[in-house]
Amino acid sequence: MDFHFNEEQLMFSDSVRALLERDCTADVLRELWAGESGRSDELWRGLAELGLTGLLLAEEHGGLGMAEVDLVLALEESGRACLPEPLVETVLAAAPLLETLAAGGGTAASVAGKWLPRVAAGEARLALEHPANPCVADAHVAELLLLLASDGSLHAVERAHVELTRQPCNDAARRLFTVDWKPGDDSLLADAAGTTRLLDAAFDRAAFGCAAQQLGIGQKLIDLAVDYAGQREQFGRAIGSFQAVKHHLATAQVAVEFARPVVYRAACSLAIGHTDAGLHVSQAKAMADEAALLAARTSLQVHGAIGYTWEVDLHAWMKRAWALEMTWGGSAWHRGRLADAVLAGVDNNPREGQLQLQGVN
Amino acid sequence: MDLDYTQQQRAFRVEAREWLEANVPGQALQSMDTEQGFAAHREWETKLNEGGWAMVSWPVEYGGRGVDLIEWLIFEEEYYRAGAPGRVNQNGIFLLGPTLMEFGNDEQKARFLPPMAAGIDVWAQGWSEPNAGSDMAAIRTTAFRDGDHYVVNGQKTWCSRAVWADWIFCIFRTDPDSERHRGLSFMLVPLDAEGVQVRAIEQLDGETGFAEVFFDNVRVPVDQLLGEEGGGWKVAMSTAGFERGLMLRSPARYQATARKLVALLRDNPEAAQRDPTLGDRVIRGWMQAEAYALQTYRTASRIIGGGSIGAESSLNKIFWSEMDLAMHETAMALLGPRAELLPTARAAGDVGDWLDGFQFALAGPIYAGTNEIQRNIAAERLLGLPRG
Ligand SMILES: Cc1cc2nc3c(=O)[nH]c(=O)nc-3n(C[C@H](O)[C@H](O)[C@H](O)COP(=O)(O)OP(=O)(O)OC[C@H]3O[C@@H](n4cnc5c(N)ncnc54)[C@H](O)[C@@H]3O)c2cc1C
Repeated sequence: MDFHFNEEQLMFSDSVRALLERDCTADVLRELWAGESGRSDELWRGLAELGLTGLLLAEEHGGLGMAEVDLVLALEESGRACLPEPLVETVLAAAPLLETLAAGGGTAASVAGKWLPRVAAGEARLALEHPANPCVADAHVAELLLLLASDGSLHAVERAHVELTRQPCNDAARRLFTVDWKPGDDSLLADAAGTTRLLDAAFDRAAFGCAAQQLGIGQKLIDLAVDYAGQREQFGRAIGSFQAVKHHLATAQVAVEFARPVVYRAACSLAIGHTDAGLHVSQAKAMADEAALLAARTSLQVHGAIGYTWEVDLHAWMKRAWALEMTWGGSAWHRGRLADAVLAGVDNNPREGQLQLQGVN
Repeated sequence: MDLDYTQQQRAFRVEAREWLEANVPGQALQSMDTEQGFAAHREWETKLNEGGWAMVSWPVEYGGRGVDLIEWLIFEEEYYRAGAPGRVNQNGIFLLGPTLMEFGNDEQKARFLPPMAAGIDVWAQGWSEPNAGSDMAAIRTTAFRDGDHYVVNGQKTWCSRAVWADWIFCIFRTDPDSERHRGLSFMLVPLDAEGVQVRAIEQLDGETGFAEVFFDNVRVPVDQLLGEEGGGWKVAMSTAGFERGLMLRSPARYQATARKLVALLRDNPEAAQRDPTLGDRVIRGWMQAEAYALQTYRTASRIIGGGSIGAESSLNKIFWSEMDLAMHETAMALLGPRAELLPTARAAGDVGDWLDGFQFALAGPIYAGTNEIQRNIAAERLLGLPRG
């Protein structure tokens, strides 16, 4: 039992942070909002050079063969930076799904052989359609899309063969699309029966990714408010010296701080394929979402009217928190999933097995 | 990061479980806030110590097993699983014990720790005064040096379990000219010393769970000073760190409450149907208990790796106390009209304990430093907001 990150994990997250602090500043974010694509190939390649995009992929696909626990801190950093790139969609949802399928050979193996090394190299992004989400995020920059046909089968389709319609949404950085396409003879990856399991696993990984990002977003929202509260003066003193302001922020910090170990556990559980990994993810998503939402509301309140403007950067993180809360299963959905399991059978024995500190049968 | 238990830790769990199964009293002991109940709880401490389970993480020479904090957490899990009695010496073993390890000299450690582990010396905490509650630096009880003694005059209050305890650890003002945090010292005083008078105070439930302690020219030998003269604040903050941040409230306690709450929800489907939010409140409590456990394992790992407990202990204290209260409020709501019944009421069945738990949970945001004060500390020391 050891709840430490190791040197390499910490160094990796430091390097991601340094890159994002340099190349993903608030100015860059605003520039990207204004652009049609909203994405930066340069940034994506930069992250790939650090190993981020191929981290979970096997070496044969140009990856590092590492696991979610090696990734979680970097994901947190991507939330802190409000990174618009599709880490969750590509690195957590689509690419590992494709890699799992490839193990069975056939079309999937050749598709994976062609595209996964490009993902790892930062030359391609992937998108995944999932029933949990009404739109496909970042389909416009995905060179390859994994799409669901009406019979539930999964297909790999290159972007040139789909028609995208952008769906306006609240977060200026997000790019959501509906996709029109037709299954081709050679596009089939898996039939409906084989797809369900893959989609479930992708859903858990993606939900975990959002949870980790929410930690970074929540912390950033608090940090922005703390900075502002130290500068803004009313009644002749910094507003941060008022106790009501302090207490709001301390309460938000409690929520973020206690969501953190839950997210870290989910990372460990995914990494080792623990039987309760899905439940651990759900708890992580539910708690991190709520922490980020509280941090958002608190940060806005502490900013006052200036926080209600487009001009101040606050809304970038606030809107991302709201968006992520509802994607890949909302916090209520995840809490419900956990409730079903817990109410179905909690025993009185702290389980001695991996990770699970309290038994869910 | 590896969240699995080692073979050794699993074996330790089995050993603890077997011993507890064989030794935990079959019937619940009377409340430790009664004279008989206190004595029964003291006996239980003695038995625990004979089995070597009083404080597993202490060095062997002081009555422990020399295992690390992870094993302590495992022991606590088994302890609550077994439904073992509350720890009447919690102020000693969980608060003063670790403080002695940090600030005590060898002589003090050898003198005070073994009888503490054995339940021979049950300890009370004497920090609060009538005019020094949240504002602990306003302490006025004095301890002035006279040869190789300090002479203590003044009053402490709200001292839990002091009615029948043997010793009390206090903070006194040793420098008459000092103000606020300076000039305070941490001292260990026997409650049967000449000039000490203990006056019981009835708590919400009518039992004498805490007491006022009066000091009238009480002579305390200088070797019962812990840390440096005038350095009491620093020692006290270390104690408070353990209290708020790790030891006072082990996660197993709340996980046990969460499990009971889930069972209560299952046994009261009609209440949950009437008010569908109750199910959600139960699962939130369950999640928080789990999060608290994970956080505590994380803290324990950090301390084992050479880290320390800082101002984040304030976040911890806010979390456990508010979680506990929320779970008990939910239980009260599930019980509906039965919530007011005492355990002795036949109509209460086996759910009467919730009321007691609820009332005690209400004290959580007050003792160990109120949650308002903890929010102040977190905001200023962790987040760096300006004082004022
Ligand atoms: C069950 C129980 C057991 C206890 N056991 C012990 C014990 O064993 N030993 C011991 O020494 N003490 C003990 N205490 C006392 C406890 O430490 C004090 O109650 C606590 O420190 C608060 O002090 P007070 O009661 O004087 O309240 P006050 O300090 O008078 O506070 C009253 C209210 O005002 C608020 N307040 C005060 N100052 C501020 C501020 N600066 N900012 C915002 N709000 C503020 C408080 O948060 C609180 O809500 C116990 C208390 C209880 C309830």
